[in-house]
Amino acid sequence: MSSASRNSGPTRTEYLKAFRVMLAARILEEKLASLYRAGFIKGGVFLGRGQEALSVSVGIHLHKGDIFAPLIRDQAGRMAFGDTILDTLRTYLGSQLGSMRGRDGNIHRGRPAEGYYAMISHLGAMVSTVAGALLARRMRGETGVVGATCIGDGGTSTGAFHEGLNVAAVEKLPLVVVVANNQYAYSTPNSRQFACKDLLDKAAGYGVTGHHVDGTDLGECLRVVGGAIRAAREGGGPQMVVGELLRLVGHGEHDPGLYVDPKLRTSPLGRDCVRVAEDFVLEQKWATAEEIAAWKTEVKNEVDDTALRVRREPTPDPAEEEWRAISELHLQDHFADA
Amino acid sequence: MITYLEALNAAMDKLLADDPRVFIYGQDVGAFGGAFKATLGLKEKYPDRVLDAPISEDAIVGVAIGAAIEGMRPIVEMQFADFSTCGFNQIVNHAGTLFYRTEVPCPIVVRLPSGGTPGGGPFHSQSMEALYATYPGLIVMTPGTVEDAYSMLIEAVALDDPVLFCEHKFLYNHLKAEKLPTECLPAGKARIARRGRDATIVTYSAMVHESLAAAEELVGEGYEIEIIDLRTVKPLDTDTVLASVARTGRLLCVSESWPWGGVAAEVIARVSAEGFALLDAPPQRLNAKDTPVPYHPDLWAAHRPTANTIANATRRLLQA
Repeated sequence: MSSASRNSGPTRTEYLKAFRVMLAARILEEKLASLYRAGFIKGGVFLGRGQEALSVSVGIHLHKGDIFAPLIRDQAGRMAFGDTILDTLRTYLGSQLGSMRGRDGNIHRGRPAEGYYAMISHLGAMVSTVAGALLARRMRGETGVVGATCIGDGGTSTGAFHEGLNVAAVEKLPLVVVVANNQYAYSTPNSRQFACKDLLDKAAGYGVTGHHVDGTDLGECLRVVGGAIRAAREGGGPQMVVGELLRLVGHGEHDPGLYVDPKLRTSPLGRDCVRVAEDFVLEQKWATAEEIAAWKTEVKNEVDDTALRVRREPTPDPAEEEWRAISELHLQDHFADA
Repeated sequence: MITYLEALNAAMDKLLADDPRVFIYGQDVGAFGGAFKATLGLKEKYPDRVLDAPISEDAIVGVAIGAAIEGMRPIVEMQFADFSTCGFNQIVNHAGTLFYRTEVPCPIVVRLPSGGTPGGGPFHSQSMEALYATYPGLIVMTPGTVEDAYSMLIEAVALDDPVLFCEHKFLYNHLKAEKLPTECLPAGKARIARRGRDATIVTYSAMVHESLAAAEELVGEGYEIEIIDLRTVKPLDTDTVLASVARTGRLLCVSESWPWGGVAAEVIARVSAEGFALLDAPPQRLNAKDTPVPYHPDLWAAHRPTANTIANATRRLLQA
């Protein structure tokens, strides 16, 4: 039994805090989908529907000064770590005022100077990057820091994932890798993705402590992910959590996800974690239905107002763009234009 | 006398001594001192900042990127430039895009032991500079002298951008200088390695020395060949090249790398576009042959440009 499994579950306050972030992420993503369908968002929209409980549990247990490299379905984790409705909308809508200034979009956003790393699309790349950040912190004498990164079942097949996990283990770094086993990598089912019985076998292979969790149960996610993060922070070395769940949307909003086995949708894996958490809150009488409805309205109003505001913001002007990819001005190469 | 390899070692020693943000990460770079001994003795002096890495080029570069974001100045050693293809994704897609995307600079140096040596074969002989130069966000240095090996590595670590430092294995022990330099040309500036009037050879790295030997051979035939050592292939010092072509009217570009889309092709494209009127003859290039780098020393010697083939190419250019 891993140390995380021995931890007690979340308190009412902790649970409700996480639940409200999940609600905000869900409502914001519903808005993103509608903005996409209305043609206001160019490029892709990738939602975390069904993965909010696992994702929020990562962000909410990280402290200021920790490092977080989320992946594509981590709106909830991002918001728990400090990302905002405003910057999410600015990045998706290509506002010049957003953190990526129209140079990158959608889920490829972050503020690395604040420990919030901006993923690249190549899966697994962030594992060694966060490991390097943690190595740097250690060299500078900092202790008690944790770095976390998220990935999916498909991402665990990449060489970068394996190299990164191995490096973290060799250096005994406080890295937490959270795998959302959502059963499909785009359209590819797990049966065509890996042949090990358990994704945690991959953790064992590198000497990394592994933890399983039901990704549809917020209380369990908070307990297990929180325990893994605590174990890493206390010097237990790298940790890997595998959350079992089902992606309740297509890969992106362009994809109806018709390949998903209907039997999975009706299995326990197919439970909607937001609904499960809401039922639990009501059952525990931690909030009334009216209170929850008011929370939803509050977020919806903020999301709608922010979207209207961001749609009026300036988009990047190609004529004003510096077209410069290096920071050292004097080493900019010059190409004569025809 | 100090060799090119000793100059690299001295530069890293100085960097580690002067700046606690500097660390070295790569395969066998620790107590063993690296496959070529570039880091010999450094682990003993800086035990916490010279670290052996697993055979994981992708993770090695990823670690460097993460450390750089957190304010360190990592120097990565690829055991051979050829193996950097296994870390290619992190270099071009992560290090190369970070500043543009996030405004956070990525000051990593990736040392690439480059170029051919007799018996090196297809996977221990490659020159990767053109591959990296084609990607935005990267600076590509190709030092061809002992002095530049030392001073450019120090400059590379000081720069806030990712630097691919293409050091040449053939020069490691072959090239010697009296002493380490106290001053040098800045990165991005080419050097006139030899003054001349009849033709310009633009080259870099080990080919500087083959070209100098070719120029000496041509002196006997009454020709004075100007040789430009690019030093940094990205950014490329077009001004120095154009100024030389303006003096000589003829251009030969020599590169140990493959012809398609290479540094030689880039120089010719720029001179053709920006200095066509300066040319008295069609610009020419001499590259390695368009095959993998062969193992056998005799094949290898014929695969890459040499003083002899450069002299012949220059003769043809002079008669054109």
